[in-house]
Amino acid sequence: MAARTKPEAEPTSLESLLAAKEIAVFCGSGGVGKTTTAAAAAAMAAVKLGGKVLVLTVDPAKRLANALGLQGFGNEEMRVPVSAFKAAGQPHPRGELWAAMLDTKQSWDNLVRRHAPDPATAARILENPLYQNISGRFVQSHEYIAMERLYELHSEGNFDLIVVDTPPTRNALDFIEAPERMAEFFSSRLLRLLIVPYRSRVVNLASRPFYQVADRILGSQFLQDIAEFFILFQTMYAGFVQRSQAVARLLRDNRTTFVVVTTLEAAPAHEAEYFIDVLTAKKFHLDALVLNKVLPSYFNDEAAATRAMLLTDRAPELAAKVAGVTGDDSAQVERVLAEVGESFCNFGVVAQREASQRAVLSAAPAVVASVPYFETDIYDLDGLLRLGEKFWT
Amino acid sequence: MNLLDRKLVFVTGKGGVGKTAVTAALGLLAAERGKRTLVCEVDSKGNLADFFETGPTSFEERELQPNLWAMSMDTEASLKQYLQLQLKLGLVARIGPLARMFDFVATAAPGVKEIVTVGKLCWEVRERHYDLVVVDAAPTGHIVGQLAAPQAINGLIQVGPVRQQTGWMLDILGNPRTTGVAIVTTAEEMPVNETIELQGRLQAETNVDLAAVIVNRVLPELFGRGEEEVFERLWDPEVSSLLEDEIGGSVEPLLEGARMAVTLRRTRAEHLERLRDGIEAGVPMLYLPYLFARSHGLRSTRQLAEALSAELGF
Ligand SMILES: Nc1ncnc2c1ncn2[C@@H]1O[C@H](COP(=O)(O)OP(=O)(O)OP(=O)(O)O)[C@@H](O)[C@H]1O
Ligand SMILES: Nc1ncnc2c1ncn2[C@@H]1O[C@H](COP(=O)(O)OP(=O)(O)OP(=O)(O)O)[C@@H](O)[C@H]1O
Ligand SMILES: [Mg+2]
Ligand SMILES: [Mg+2]
Repeated sequence: MAARTKPEAEPTSLESLLAAKEIAVFCGSGGVGKTTTAAAAAAMAAVKLGGKVLVLTVDPAKRLANALGLQGFGNEEMRVPVSAFKAAGQPHPRGELWAAMLDTKQSWDNLVRRHAPDPATAARILENPLYQNISGRFVQSHEYIAMERLYELHSEGNFDLIVVDTPPTRNALDFIEAPERMAEFFSSRLLRLLIVPYRSRVVNLASRPFYQVADRILGSQFLQDIAEFFILFQTMYAGFVQRSQAVARLLRDNRTTFVVVTTLEAAPAHEAEYFIDVLTAKKFHLDALVLNKVLPSYFNDEAAATRAMLLTDRAPELAAKVAGVTGDDSAQVERVLAEVGESFCNFGVVAQREASQRAVLSAAPAVVASVPYFETDIYDLDGLLRLGEKFWT
Repeated sequence: MNLLDRKLVFVTGKGGVGKTAVTAALGLLAAERGKRTLVCEVDSKGNLADFFETGPTSFEERELQPNLWAMSMDTEASLKQYLQLQLKLGLVARIGPLARMFDFVATAAPGVKEIVTVGKLCWEVRERHYDLVVVDAAPTGHIVGQLAAPQAINGLIQVGPVRQQTGWMLDILGNPRTTGVAIVTTAEEMPVNETIELQGRLQAETNVDLAAVIVNRVLPELFGRGEEEVFERLWDPEVSSLLEDEIGGSVEPLLEGARMAVTLRRTRAEHLERLRDGIEAGVPMLYLPYLFARSHGLRSTRQLAEALSAELGF
């Protein structure tokens, strides 16, 4: 296992940041490139920093999953074979790259098995008709389970660095707060109220109207089903709450860093701003911002934009001259020149907007890294490393 | 059947593809064609208002312009309305703590939040308050849970008024003349994958019809037949330097930019091909251009509405 150095100064690049951390959580709004950039960062860390690096990923594209050796489903960590690095032109990575996918259902089942007082209770919970539905949905279960799984992997201590991809959420709070909310939910007075009538015959006077109305609306059978499920779940209460508190602590730990990923489009950038504010206000260690799918910088060159306009405006006259050299049909050349100029101006407009978004966003975290828009898909280790080179140092 | 002739259209798609932009454009187009239209965003933190350049939306629908109303979903408010109007339990709705308890039950019990959302939308349709309700719905990962909520509730709740309510909702959702899903996508790998997957899940797990696939952000084709070779010859040093003299500086960035646009479009064409192969023959595919705009407000909503209008054959 390679030694990891801990630089004293503020990190200045993703490289120095990840060298000093054990967990990096990549978050951002839907479709901005969390899965891709998280995998790329992990691959780079394995190549450049060494040690055992794990990327814990959520629903990657099939081709990418295959490239990482994650053919099947399931929670197992898989090592990305050295042959894949060889194929990507990196025959001697300093460390190992591992990948794991998040299987929500299986993770929940494991959790139940771990916290249930005995195997019989575990079995009853797993068989409860509501469990399947509920484990899939309630209280941001997806977000919670992602963080829970992270905790488990971290405490097993098999990896030097765990890079975490997060599920798309509207709200940054959803997953950073999921462990706390989970703990709250299970210690809630309301939950106890709900199951009281099924435990004893004494119903608090104040809550009686609730049951009467609930009965009328939902039917007592349904309420009883819910209550039974929670009564079973209560047997896991202590372990569960303790665990979710530990998960919450780990997320705030100094060894954990948050990386906000965004594109420079209006809506995602706006949301990234909000993410940054929330993470900072809540004292999470937000250390980096990754700007993804950024247009090449030449689109921001105003002199070039002026030339592009000239190219379009003077296309007929220029075309005649070009055609004289190439022998092409002058009308065709004219169309091509006009298109080239116009296209440049079009993308220039977008690039300008990106530049002003960037100025707004770049203030907060220590490290700001840009990833260019790749014209072709990124679906294998080679692609990930090419992308990673762009934002690593 | 034309998309706008349905009564209830759920707009979904992978995160960030342009669901909200397309919802706004559909709403605007329908309203301008004389339909009383409600646009509803299911996500209360959404950005629908930006696309109309108007103040934030709320559960109370608000008229934005003639024929066009906007609202955002709020499950608690919707539950209150539901108790009041459909279960005739107005009193309960007014007792604060009880409403909170219901919220709690709704958090724990699968399908309750969803049924309250879908129920409100179906109710607007049943009461004929509008000619068309366009919903900026949950993304691909969650839409099935929402649309299948009535079935889920049917499976869990055996008796009672909630159970009775699911029947008419299923009728509205299951009638293709009334209700449809429009999946917004871009011509990129993941959005296309998710669109094809969702088509299958809609068939397997819901009774809702797939009304259209809307491909958003389609890049323009720069060069026609034979023109790409003409373009390649512009890189010739002699030609480049000729142009440089004329326009007063390097043409290289201009050519680079055009080459990037061409490659991008080509990569996307492959994904479009896959999409066309994966989507069933009868489902209309609509294409909306990438808008090269500095900011996205009412103006770009109008541009998308115009493009939709042409695609829908108006
Ligand atoms: N820099 C880039 N250049 C070009 N394409 C990219 C880039 N980054 C990501 N992509 C592509 O964009 C799509 C979305 O990326 P990705 O799946 O990583 O996003 P995500 O944030 O994980 O999405 P979700 O929120 O749905 O999980 C993918 O098809 C991916 O290949
Ligand atoms: N045709 C288009 N051309 C250019 N930009 C577009 C187009 N459609 C949408 N956009 C831009 O893309 C961004 C995302 O669009 P929008 O908010 O509608 O996506 P969404 O699918 O609703 O996202 P979310 O999943 O976060 O709700 C916005 O900044 C929007 O202005
Ligand atoms: Mg992802
Ligand atoms: Mg949206």
